[in-house]
Amino acid sequence: MNTPATLPIEGLETVYDALAQAIDQAGPDKTELFLVKLALLNAQALADAGLFQQHLQAALQDL
Amino acid sequence: MHQPTTQPRPSIYYPYQVFQPWLPSQHGAQPRQKVVIVGSGPAGMVTALELARHGVASVVLSAELQFSQGSRAIVFTRRSMEILQQVGVAERMTEGGLPWRFGNSYYRGQRVFRMEAPHDADDRFFPMLNVQQQYMEEYLHDACAASPLIEMRWGNKVLGVTQREGSAEVLVDTPEGEYTLESDWVVDASGGRSAIRTAMNLQMEGASYEGFFVIADIRIDLPLPTERLAFFDPEWNPGNTILMHREPHGIWRVDYQLPEGETPEEALRPESLKARIDAQLAMIGHAGTPWEMDWSSVYSARTLTLPDFVHGSVIFTGDAAHLLPIFGVRGANTAFQDAQSLGWHLAHVVKGLAGPRLLANHSAERVGAAREIIAESGKSVRFMTPPTRGFRLLRDAVLSLSLQHAFVRPLYHWRTSRPHEYTHSMLNSRGDDNALFTEGPAHGAPPRNIRLAADDYLLDHLGGGFDLLYFTEAGEVPETIQAVVRQARERGVALRVSAVGHDGPVAGADQSFADADGHFRARYGVRASGAAYLLRPDQHVCARWLTLDAHRLQAALTAALPQ
Repeated sequence: MNTPATLPIEGLETVYDALAQAIDQAGPDKTELFLVKLALLNAQALADAGLFQQHLQAALQDL
Repeated sequence: MHQPTTQPRPSIYYPYQVFQPWLPSQHGAQPRQKVVIVGSGPAGMVTALELARHGVASVVLSAELQFSQGSRAIVFTRRSMEILQQVGVAERMTEGGLPWRFGNSYYRGQRVFRMEAPHDADDRFFPMLNVQQQYMEEYLHDACAASPLIEMRWGNKVLGVTQREGSAEVLVDTPEGEYTLESDWVVDASGGRSAIRTAMNLQMEGASYEGFFVIADIRIDLPLPTERLAFFDPEWNPGNTILMHREPHGIWRVDYQLPEGETPEEALRPESLKARIDAQLAMIGHAGTPWEMDWSSVYSARTLTLPDFVHGSVIFTGDAAHLLPIFGVRGANTAFQDAQSLGWHLAHVVKGLAGPRLLANHSAERVGAAREIIAESGKSVRFMTPPTRGFRLLRDAVLSLSLQHAFVRPLYHWRTSRPHEYTHSMLNSRGDDNALFTEGPAHGAPPRNIRLAADDYLLDHLGGGFDLLYFTEAGEVPETIQAVVRQARERGVALRVSAVGHDGPVAGADQSFADADGHFRARYGVRASGAAYLLRPDQHVCARWLTLDAHRLQAALTAALPQ
């Protein structure tokens, strides 16, 4: 079994800043739409509906 | 006293005929009937025609004196045409109809998805054919009128059905008052608002969706091909969906979703209809093109079915049995399959060739079909009319992504009505070679049509009873198999034998197909002489063998007609 590739901390920091700025760029009215589009693009890149389900459950924790 | 209107319904393209009501005083005492069919729509008339093909008489009761108000069902699938061919009206449908196979979805002025329905050279009929329902009903009615086994009674409204032991009593109101009609079986084909279903307090399972659509038929000259058009989230109707279809006689169907909170009454006001149709025409680049309204109505999407279609002597069929969404042309196209199925199942029970288990099978198969449609079309409905905030967000995200990203575009495609495959039917033979085939229609599937010559197809030659396709290069069907066929026929079972693969007549076969190029055998996955398929009277496969023998043919026939 392949060990899933992980994002090194520098990469995670880049994603952190970029996502924050993109949410601001989308604006309050379009934030949800933007995030759903992003999730669908990520799901397509992930190519694994089961793994996506796991991510959904993880993200629903501790809201 | 029931007084249906005697004024022809208004229409700018269809001349309504007003039929004379059937009055009890003009007829003698009413004998007990075998089958009474309530409703003269597509489900009722196809049931009557199928019963008649199998030699069973029926009385069809229609509350009205005329055909359908407005065009209603306008898109008929290939399988529907194959069923209508069986009852003799396919030619008239084809003559007046508009065939098509492409659908287009637009978002922000861009065509983001094009649906292409496959059209095989072996198929006689196009994937879709547009014909207004009044014409379809007229063709079916003419076929019913030509049958000595079908009695149409216009202006006969059913007030109630009382179940007795082994029969039912139907209370009928007419323009001169009431009479009762006793019948072994009552088929309720009276449509989505069935009063019989309501009176029997039968609950349907499934979901109703919020959100209304207006249907409007307009006469307009638009230089556009016969293709389905769908517009998502247009500027004039934000967040909602518009559909357009070309109909014969210069008519276009425009369907549009209502803004949240608007009532159907508000939406059907003439000025509201005009403003919206004008806005839609402007959006597609035809502002100012003159048009005239023919008919308008409102519908909402529902995915509901009775969990059992047979209740004592009463059998529900078509919309009386289930309410299915319009997306994917599910209404009449499902009703034809229901009626074709009911026709042969009920006929074989009435004739004593099978027991009540055969009707239980009909119910199981068609409830299964309705549930399959509900699961499939639920996806379309959730895309067309998102039921929650989450579904709306996802739909909007897909619209937005579809402008640049191909991977989401197939989500626009609502699956179109197709024949249900009775894969797990109890009528399927257990001891055959179904699992050993690598090609061809499997257990429960409809047959594959074959182009035999110009304007000559396999399905032109099948139906009306069981069909045995026997593949042989020899000039004779083995005597042991012929003996089983003879025994079945002596019992009263209609069974036609078609030989495939021999050039010339085949002894023991009613007809033969040479199949010189082997195309027929290839489509049916047959590699050697001696293979066979057994088709039920609705043409669905119930057994297939790599090598048929008399014993296994007998077993398959026994399984297909349970006592």
